[in-house]
Amino acid sequence: MPDLVQLTINGKAVSAPKGTLVIEAAKQVGIEIPAFCYYEGYSLQAACRMCLVEVEKMPKLMPGCTLPVAEGMVVHTESPKVVDSRKSMLEFLLTNHPLDCPVCDKGGECELQDMTFRYGLGESRFTDIKQHVDEKQWSPLVYFDAPRCILCYRCVRVCEEGMGVQALGIGKRGVATEIIPNAGDHLECDECGNCVDICPVGALTSGTYRYKSRPWEMNYAGTICTHCSDGCKTTLSVRNGAIIRANNRDRSGINGEFLCAKGRFGYDFVHSPERLQTPLIRKDGKLEPASWSEALSLVAARLSELKSRGAKFGVLGSTHTTNEENYYLQKFARTGLGTSNIDHQRTGDVPALLDALSGHENALATVGDLYTAKSVLVISSDLSQQHPLLAFQLRANYRHNRAAVYTVTPGPVRERDYAARSVVVAPGAELDLLPALADELKKHGNLVIVFGPAIKGGAVHSLVAFGDSLGIPVKYICLVSDSNSRGALDMGLLPDLRPGYQAEAQPGLALPEILAAPDLDALWVVGSNPFETAPLASRDCFVVVQDLFLTETAQAADVVLPSASAYEKSGTVTNTAGEVQRLKPGPKVMGAKSDLEILGLIAKEMGLDLGIWSSDKVFEEIRRTVRGYNVALPVIATGGASPTTPVNGHVPASRPDLIQDSGDTLFTSGTLGRYSNVLKSVMEAPGTLYKP
Amino acid sequence: MTFSQELESRFAKMLDNYPPGRQKGAVIPMLIYAQDEVGAVTPELVQEIAKRLSVKPIEVNEVVEFYSMLHRTPLGKHHIQICTNISCQLTGGDELWQHACKKLGIGHKQVTPDGLFSLEEVECLGACSWAPAIQDGYEYHHHVTPEKLDKLIDDVRQAVKAQ
Ligand code: SF4
Ligand code: SF4
Ligand code: SF4
Ligand code: FES
Repeated sequence: MPDLVQLTINGKAVSAPKGTLVIEAAKQVGIEIPAFCYYEGYSLQAACRMCLVEVEKMPKLMPGCTLPVAEGMVVHTESPKVVDSRKSMLEFLLTNHPLDCPVCDKGGECELQDMTFRYGLGESRFTDIKQHVDEKQWSPLVYFDAPRCILCYRCVRVCEEGMGVQALGIGKRGVATEIIPNAGDHLECDECGNCVDICPVGALTSGTYRYKSRPWEMNYAGTICTHCSDGCKTTLSVRNGAIIRANNRDRSGINGEFLCAKGRFGYDFVHSPERLQTPLIRKDGKLEPASWSEALSLVAARLSELKSRGAKFGVLGSTHTTNEENYYLQKFARTGLGTSNIDHQRTGDVPALLDALSGHENALATVGDLYTAKSVLVISSDLSQQHPLLAFQLRANYRHNRAAVYTVTPGPVRERDYAARSVVVAPGAELDLLPALADELKKHGNLVIVFGPAIKGGAVHSLVAFGDSLGIPVKYICLVSDSNSRGALDMGLLPDLRPGYQAEAQPGLALPEILAAPDLDALWVVGSNPFETAPLASRDCFVVVQDLFLTETAQAADVVLPSASAYEKSGTVTNTAGEVQRLKPGPKVMGAKSDLEILGLIAKEMGLDLGIWSSDKVFEEIRRTVRGYNVALPVIATGGASPTTPVNGHVPASRPDLIQDSGDTLFTSGTLGRYSNVLKSVMEAPGTLYKP
Repeated sequence: MTFSQELESRFAKMLDNYPPGRQKGAVIPMLIYAQDEVGAVTPELVQEIAKRLSVKPIEVNEVVEFYSMLHRTPLGKHHIQICTNISCQLTGGDELWQHACKKLGIGHKQVTPDGLFSLEEVECLGACSWAPAIQDGYEYHHHVTPEKLDKLIDDVRQAVKAQ
């Protein structure tokens, strides 16, 4: 590298690229310069003076967080002058700090505590009475306690730069300075809680977690958010078997520390009083509680009996269950019951994309690619509402790399604030506009195209043909709605495609036809709620439902089996970009069983040999047999995301007419969202699309 | 929100003064002149200026919070600012302040019931050479004594009565 600068830090020789900040150069050689306001990825602030270092030949101490390295620079980070100044800075920060650590949420994981412990004086010369300011509630989810604030402005920056919301500002001045919310006395914002998360002290606290626990009294489970399809890693904090917080402070996962309102706060459905905790069997027209053994035997007996007389089955899967469960369910249907009447609510045309990309290499983008691509084209999606992580990645790419972002959407989107071009077109006319953009797109060198469910069937092929015509590397993301919508497709919850998009020799009925079949004998619904929108035509049909809640569908069932949510089980899910990640169980809800266990137990009861129903074993089978899923085990086992490989070969079209966007916003999440009081409590809920 | 023709043309000229894309630099003068016309920085005014400068309202609010000469509630017709910073203090600024409070029966940032006067104790007015100094609206008064202040107030009252 030509532009390396040589300098010395604490006697260690360091070489760093021109423009590197001293604080980062020090990090490279294992020297920590303490900092509050400096935060990787966000604009420089130089507000806290915690990072002051001594630089030879410079008259004053310099902030290491804004000082770029220079040739021959000699830096001392632990000289008596520096040590002394840190003590003074901390003494200052604590002049009006309430020091209510024993009751502060942040106690135990507070950066001010840690710094004081490591660098503080231990005594204060300030004896003035502390100025109290009452804490304020800014929303159901965000509280502000001004005296605890050390004015690092991290919250302001994460909201403005990271989220593009700009809901936080700085009020008053001097000693009276306070963080202020955008709507006078409250917040009108995304309610993502990233400000709470990034606050180094307990000044911003979360409405769901505050005063609930000490951080060391919880168990942690790093799993994957079960709401949208972006696949954020979320670390559940579990106390006495209940989730009381979700965040991702260790920045593991494809999302770093980012989470949206659903991933951070929308876990309360798990402990909803409406969770089913015992199987229900219809007796004299009413659903009555029953034991697991009674319910499972009944289901097994009825299914065996129906199977023996060649009955007509329908099986509907879920977009939130794991790959293992989806795989096992389709195997159950296809080999156990001998039917390919299996489907789920589709939300994106992945089969068309894979077919169009046959013969292409490296054409599936990952979430990470959205941060590194030179240009990104978003078609038909309100990303900030529907795919918050992807929107966050795009903003970061623009902020750090000046990526050129283009949007072509049926209404205005937040990305227009920084997009190179943001065009609103009538639905259906999205692709017509592309040729006009071609020359501009070519210039950037590479491109990721992200498209929503409105682009399906032939349109996907046209889109890929357009991408090919550009003559630059183009990658694609086909957006789907839910946490494992992608996995449902990949695992063959389709009447005409088997796992890995292999054509089904004898295609079965699709979802609407199953519901409309007047002669359907049995319907088995796992984790979805089809009756919410469409009735069941068959009058004499045995209906089994596995679900967390007594949904419209469960209410009409003959047997209801209480299932566990994604937060209570192991297995893998695949995000909208086709990256496979592992779930880890956090809490346990009494009485519920994972869908995989339920399926396994029914299979056993029926005497079917479908293989062992442990998620690890089923995953092994998936890796062996499903095209594209021979993913790197160590990556997944250590909590990473491993991309699936494209199937590369012809994929038959699979009913694009059945694709429908879930329509979920930042604050809704299908049936799950209906049982999250937290999501319903924010005043922005349910949110609207295309109204930035 | 619409302003007088005069103010509108003033705004138009002002926006021209800033390089393209830097129009938000006009936020302070716009707030001050609009405040003079509207009487206070109302929430609608904040929204309006944010819209005209293509910034989020919170950015305008940050400025309003920072500068003490921007007021969220209406002031008196005569807004009297009295300096009690060091030079004025040494030459009787404190006494002047006490006197004004007593005479008008109001305190810091308060308005007389007839809406004629409001008072504000301020830091340096930049007129130390002529301390103690006060400011009535945009007008400076130098070497002010309690008597001079009385006269100023009485003259205003007289003039109003005469109308
Ligand atoms: S919750 Fe999110 S959107 Fe709201 S103020 Fe905090 S960072 Fe901004
Ligand atoms: S509230 Fe927290 S993050 Fe925001 S400025 Fe204060 S200490 Fe920093
Ligand atoms: S962006 Fe999607 S995956 Fe990430 S936290 Fe939000 S809902 Fe969950
Ligand atoms: S970290 Fe450098 S001034 Fe805050």
